[in-house]
Amino acid sequence: MKFTDVILQTSTKILVFIILTFSIYVMFAGHHNPGGGFIGGLITASALILLYIAFDVKTVHEIIPVDFKIVGALGVLIALLTGIGSMVLGYPFLSQTFAYKTLPLFGKTELATAVIFDLGVYMAVVGTTMTIILSIGEDE
Amino acid sequence: MNVSAIIEIIVAVMVLAGTVLSLLSSLGFIRLPDIYTRSHAATKSVTLGILFILLGTFIYFWFMHGLISIRLLLGILFVFLTAPVAGHLVIRSAYRSGVKLSDTSVKDELRDDLKKMKQLEQYHSKEG
Repeated sequence: MKFTDVILQTSTKILVFIILTFSIYVMFAGHHNPGGGFIGGLITASALILLYIAFDVKTVHEIIPVDFKIVGALGVLIALLTGIGSMVLGYPFLSQTFAYKTLPLFGKTELATAVIFDLGVYMAVVGTTMTIILSIGEDE
Repeated sequence: MNVSAIIEIIVAVMVLAGTVLSLLSSLGFIRLPDIYTRSHAATKSVTLGILFILLGTFIYFWFMHGLISIRLLLGILFVFLTAPVAGHLVIRSAYRSGVKLSDTSVKDELRDDLKKMKQLEQYHSKEG
């Protein structure tokens, strides 16, 4: 029997936005507050899993046509490239730096290269978690 | 009495109300007869108890430390959206898998409706 629940689907449509917003906040807050790429990636993955529970796999694949294996591989590649980038500039592997810049919308902002590494971790965690869950869930 | 003492009393009353509501709900979870009344106790009063505790924490940090925590407000909104849906899903799957109501209950309107729906489906499948 196909499982459709209007109450679950309607509340999911609202909740997914809150969870995704919170995950992005947690990812960017990781430099000075509790949070970071790992936990942000897990929260994003939980929002996507909620979508997969409320709707079926085919519908969500149409909405989000993303291969999560590629997302995970891209994340690892980004994290590796930030390490190699510091080697190219003549510093040891995975050296990091930061600078204060005045951006048009945010004002004075601290831009750190560690955030790019965190983005790689985030994408790797989302890709790995979703690949595991989907490959378990699709088996008959 | 200055302002911070009044705020402290308000916060204390709110947190106490929240804990008492959570305690009442766990008592209801022990004492009520079947899963439907138990879920009624578990979802409703715990949700209100969490609202009181989080709101008390929010007011405390706002007036004592000058810190407006959006995360606490978002937490209240989130619990208010999710707890009833979770209760609904538990009850729904319990009813669909055939968990009996307690002996003291007198009416089961959903059973009659489901029976009517099944008859209607059979009728339509014969017609078309």
